Amino acid sequence: MNNLKVLLNGIVKENPTFVLLLGMCPTLGTTSSALNGMGMGLATMFVLICSNVVISAIKNLVPDMVRIPIFVVVIATFVTVLQMVMQAYVPALYATLGLFIPLIVVNCILLGRAEAFACKNGPVASFFDGLGIGLGFTIALTLLGAVREFLGTGKVFGLAIVPENYGMLVFVLAPGAFIALGYLIAVVNRLRKA
Amino acid sequence: MKKLDSSLKNMLLSLTGFSVVAGALLGWVNDVTADPIAEASAKTLSDAIALVVPGFDNNPAESPEEVEADGVTYKVYRATKGGEFIGAAVESSANGFGGALSVLVGFDAEGNIIDYSLLSHAETPGLGSKAADWFKKGGKGDITGKNPGQSLLKVTKDGGEIDAITASTITSRAFLQAVNNAYAVYMEGETDASSGASRQAEAPAEVSDTDASSSATLYAHPSDTASLNNQKGGDL
Amino acid sequence: MVNKLIVSLSPHVHGGDSVQKNMYGVLIALVPALLVSFYMFGLGAAIVTLTSVAACVFFEWAITKFILKRERSTIMDGSAAVTGILLAFNLPSNIPLWIIVIGALVAIGVAKMTFGGLGCNPFNPALAGRIFLLISFPVQMTSWPVPGQLASYTDVETAATPLALMKQAVHGNADALNQLPGSFDLFLGNNPGCIGEISALALLLGLVYMLWKKIISWHIPVSILATVFVFAGLMHLANPEVYASPFAHLFTGGLMLGAIFMATDYVTSPMTHKGMVIYGVAIGFLTVVIRVFGSYPEGMSFAIFIMNAFTPLINTFCKPKRFGEVVKK
Repeated sequence: MNNLKVLLNGIVKENPTFVLLLGMCPTLGTTSSALNGMGMGLATMFVLICSNVVISAIKNLVPDMVRIPIFVVVIATFVTVLQMVMQAYVPALYATLGLFIPLIVVNCILLGRAEAFACKNGPVASFFDGLGIGLGFTIALTLLGAVREFLGTGKVFGLAIVPENYGMLVFVLAPGAFIALGYLIAVVNRLRKA
Repeated sequence: MKKLDSSLKNMLLSLTGFSVVAGALLGWVNDVTADPIAEASAKTLSDAIALVVPGFDNNPAESPEEVEADGVTYKVYRATKGGEFIGAAVESSANGFGGALSVLVGFDAEGNIIDYSLLSHAETPGLGSKAADWFKKGGKGDITGKNPGQSLLKVTKDGGEIDAITASTITSRAFLQAVNNAYAVYMEGETDASSGASRQAEAPAEVSDTDASSSATLYAHPSDTASLNNQKGGDL
Repeated sequence: MVNKLIVSLSPHVHGGDSVQKNMYGVLIALVPALLVSFYMFGLGAAIVTLTSVAACVFFEWAITKFILKRERSTIMDGSAAVTGILLAFNLPSNIPLWIIVIGALVAIGVAKMTFGGLGCNPFNPALAGRIFLLISFPVQMTSWPVPGQLASYTDVETAATPLALMKQAVHGNADALNQLPGSFDLFLGNNPGCIGEISALALLLGLVYMLWKKIISWHIPVSILATVFVFAGLMHLANPEVYASPFAHLFTGGLMLGAIFMATDYVTSPMTHKGMVIYGVAIGFLTVVIRVFGSYPEGMSFAIFIMNAFTPLINTFCKPKRFGEVVKK
């Protein structure tokens, strides 16, 4: 029950994108389509779960004064593993996400969860925290990607809904990411209050 | 277990320890994925070649022939089927509206364009970026099946017969220039190659029928020399 | 609210200035350019202008009433109508109706009402609409009708604008500059372009009217135009084959329209004269940089947009000294 609460906390109450506003760089940079957003969200979720579990397992072996470098080593290791695996087995998605995969290392969600949750709780709770925050991030990125893809090209997940001629190209580009994210945050917070 | 305190010894030990473990893990993963990564990247290239020159049974991606002309390096991937030469994919580039535009063009043995694939570009999204499909079969500026040796590809504005991309004449010119240059390099390789006997013999002959100069020198648009020189300095 | 105002000793004289008065003044100043656009583009210009104004006023009314739920409607102050006309002036006359409506929604809905309505918007609404459309629908936004086809709307013949020709010259097409219309034609407005930007003469008439009525001061338009003239002139002197003459730069594209009507928007431009000059010079400089080196042929709207973002900073930098304040050494 407690773990379920931790899970839901990450998805709704402390949604990293819509509430905490963490990890904005990949949020804005990779959500040009729903699929890309989902790919990025899942990649981050994988690293987040692994690093959360490992960090909570080793937390007593880590002296306080060097905890940040050690957390970064753990996170960077998992990111590099992910990067090599993606490059080998899903080269197309890797080519699209490109630079943003190595940049997961500096995604503040990871270090933030390591500091705020994993180094104070056990591995099981940390796993659920990683899963919850990761799912929250994935849902937010997929949603933003879907909105941008629909407004920009008239498709969602590659399925044409309105003819492409009516797409507003700006939403596929960087400025559209900011506009769409702004309105999405406004709508989500309005709904959360209601 | 009690938390380790931050003494120098503990800090050194734990940092070293975790780094060694991380390093070992990475080394192992790298070992496992090295081959699939190499395969995947080779497959990407050979897929791109297969797209523009279908039907080969050798591995053209393996041995590109590098041709240098006017300071620009062109890569020629030769495709054979059952030992017989069926065409080649040529990687060429030109200076477009926003920067270098590089394209992989497939020619059959006679020099007719089979298909092309836009590898990279920096054109305006929604305008020049349409070059990715515009000149393909079914596109408005279809260039497939055309032979630059018979008549150089030009946009209608310059007296040619290719429809330029709406509102992106500069991109269209650059694209066609890249294709023309690719053709010139391809044909040059044909005539120069010492092992020409095993390849199609008619190809060079056909060119000399129509326009001998185009096989020897690159097609020179007024802006060509400038843009080719620009490329030496790299992308702006 | 009224009772809380601190009122000094009488007598008081009201200046007679109001948002309405200024906005209607701007509307009058826009009339010459509007007439030229009707003369050059006929039916298309009329349809685009009417749609744009109607859509802007409608969105202002609808958002105020249904989303902000404010009692008082602001549509009568004329600012939405000015935005509508300026937006239309920045569009080609053959643009489909639904694109105009999207532009109006972005201008009023996104750029103005989201921030709280007139006076709170950091960016010029009409410009936001134009830039949104330019990036979203580049093909429709850059297919310019040739002037003189009065009876047609979306089925007109199109041609490259002088600015596109100037861009081609920079990209190595040696012949492009020779195809430019003469400076005098550009000045009168007989060239392809957006509805309201083509005639420098008509826009200058509007400037004279606004200066005479003291709706705007001379600082912003003059500093923009002078900077563009000097900077483009230097480039032209350095290499006349590649860089077009400064007169061509002055009389083409949205420069006059931007310098006179868009950059001078009260809400989004600096308040002090010194700030206005900094703002104007920077806009002029950025415009030429984007026109010559950027990937879009026209840089005016982007330049104004960038400097809109700097306006609060300029205002802080150029804050007038308070009376009696000791100068810090």
